Amino acid sequence: MPAHERLTAAITAANKHNRPALVPFITAGYPEPGEFVNTLREIAQVGDVVEVGVPFSDPMADGMTIQRSSFAALQNGVSLKWIFSELEMAGDLHTPLVIMSYLNPLLAFGYETLARRARATGVCAFIVPDLPFEECDELRIALEAEGLGLIQLVTPATPKERLKMLCEASRGFVYAVTVTGITGGDTGLPNDLADYLDAVSSASPIPVCAGFGIRDAADVANVGEHAAGAIVGSALVEVLESGEDPRPFLQALGGK
Amino acid sequence: MKSQLPADEASAFLDAAIKGELPDERGRFGPFGGRYVPETLVPAFERLEQGVREYLHDADFQREFQRELREWVGRPTALTFAPRLSERWGTEVWLKREDLAHTGAHKINNAIGQALLAKRLGAQRVIAETGAGQHGVASAAACARVGLPCSVYMGAVDMERQAPNVDRMRRLGAEVIAVETGDKTLRAAIDEAMRKWVTDPSGIYYLLGSAVGAHPYPYLVRELQSVIGVEAREQMIEQAGALPDAAFACVGGGSNAIGLFYPMLGDDIELIGVEAGGTGEGLGQNAATLATGTPGVLQGAYTMILQNDDGQVQETHSISAGLDYSGVGPEHALLQATGRVRYVAAGDDDALAALEELCETEGILTALETAHAFAYARRWSQENPRKRILIGNSGRGDKDMPTLTKHPARIRTSASA
Repeated sequence: MPAHERLTAAITAANKHNRPALVPFITAGYPEPGEFVNTLREIAQVGDVVEVGVPFSDPMADGMTIQRSSFAALQNGVSLKWIFSELEMAGDLHTPLVIMSYLNPLLAFGYETLARRARATGVCAFIVPDLPFEECDELRIALEAEGLGLIQLVTPATPKERLKMLCEASRGFVYAVTVTGITGGDTGLPNDLADYLDAVSSASPIPVCAGFGIRDAADVANVGEHAAGAIVGSALVEVLESGEDPRPFLQALGGK
Repeated sequence: MKSQLPADEASAFLDAAIKGELPDERGRFGPFGGRYVPETLVPAFERLEQGVREYLHDADFQREFQRELREWVGRPTALTFAPRLSERWGTEVWLKREDLAHTGAHKINNAIGQALLAKRLGAQRVIAETGAGQHGVASAAACARVGLPCSVYMGAVDMERQAPNVDRMRRLGAEVIAVETGDKTLRAAIDEAMRKWVTDPSGIYYLLGSAVGAHPYPYLVRELQSVIGVEAREQMIEQAGALPDAAFACVGGGSNAIGLFYPMLGDDIELIGVEAGGTGEGLGQNAATLATGTPGVLQGAYTMILQNDDGQVQETHSISAGLDYSGVGPEHALLQATGRVRYVAAGDDDALAALEELCETEGILTALETAHAFAYARRWSQENPRKRILIGNSGRGDKDMPTLTKHPARIRTSASA
């Protein structure tokens, strides 16, 4: 089975236990590069899927928290090469991984090598926030050759026909951006979220995970009624930043 | 990284560029350009592209735009012969005087054009980024002119070195927002403006200031700035009696350079773009993107960028805030790859010396950005004596006084040297 189907299976398994899948996101190597593998193992015990962020110099879709974690990680020498060697060291985490990266670090790495190394290290799919569908063929084909998926993002601004096209093109899951804005917003989830997520879920042949602005158990429960999973990024990065154990925080959100 | 295209492809792309066939329908200039933006902005870019198609070459829009250029911007700007500089350099020097355009630089051509477009598209407010502050001032003025509220994102470092322009923007009614993230210069200001745009893609019009970014901006900005080259070409024939042998323009993002060069691509004129050489050739010491960069995706386009082996975009250095940028317009990347335009660098010190020489010989205080073009034109003239050259004098230097004040001894030094 192609690696991206592991994602679908993990999310569906969580849903069978009557809970939304929990997808924690961390910026690789933040706050301490030396703690990356440990942190990964800890959150993989609770998360159904783990999303690893590759730091980038120009994170234009991200709010203050992920900007801060990205710049600090870069200063500590974190790179995609380093991330793959750490993932190799970590061995099998028994939880499927997704890599979130802006396009340029992937371009610089080279798509074919990228797909091979990703597959060898348990990565099942990629999320690329500055790569719209119209520009994605080259990367998508290189990933597919190794059974990996390219996860498409949809947003409240996405028109209906486009929504259907993106959902059908996505592999692993569909990433439904909850807000018209950047990551880590503190304005709360929008009031019409339920309608939007219902529309995405009904357009999508694969599970839908909601992300952006999901900060606590109430948010997870809220999106969980209309989507198969919840992605928690900035709020988790803030927990790690404060030096706390991420497990109790994630368990309170309802992980496995 | 120069001329990486095979010769036959390069010549086919150059032909297409000269015939006005680029960008193609995917926003590509050969391999460069495209649209790499977050999904939230895709519908906004599609609306913008449709608006550009509908209005930019529409007779009503053009009438209004041309009237604003004539009556409000003060076009055509003069073509000035520089007799004393010509004598000193041993070549015939002509200056296209964009410094005489309203608000003091070529930026206003684009700003008023896009402000008129924003109005047509029903935008509720305008955001803009600025480096040297010239585009911020131009946007503030243009938005006041058409009656739209305007917010300008500006790096904290640039706010300090271009303080007079910050005050000008505020007086023109714009809100100026300090960007404290990233490199705190132009690149960070663009990132922050994009983050703002994502929050309200249908109400906000993003008035991008250079021929950079995702399609259709590089095309839109080129079309609005081409008035520079169209006028200069006619004026050279009329005043100098012939086209120049060579034309020079400074290149940061590259809007004044593409405006000057584009109408001359099919002429027998050597075209030279001058980037910021900063303090040296090492990564981080300059902003010479075309001279020393590699291809990658930055802020919406596949173009030449300054990056490390991991694809991380590098910080730049230039004494001029307007050239201090790690990327460059995708059309310039193609013009370099085809060999039609040569891109070189001039350093901080050479730019300062050139600025002083122009003050001294012609009574023109040019912008620090523009001074880079003079610095290289001078060097070129030593190697190619008795030619006729055209320099795009893209802006005035008043806004550089805080920086120039830090170099008070230079005029005395150069006078005694």
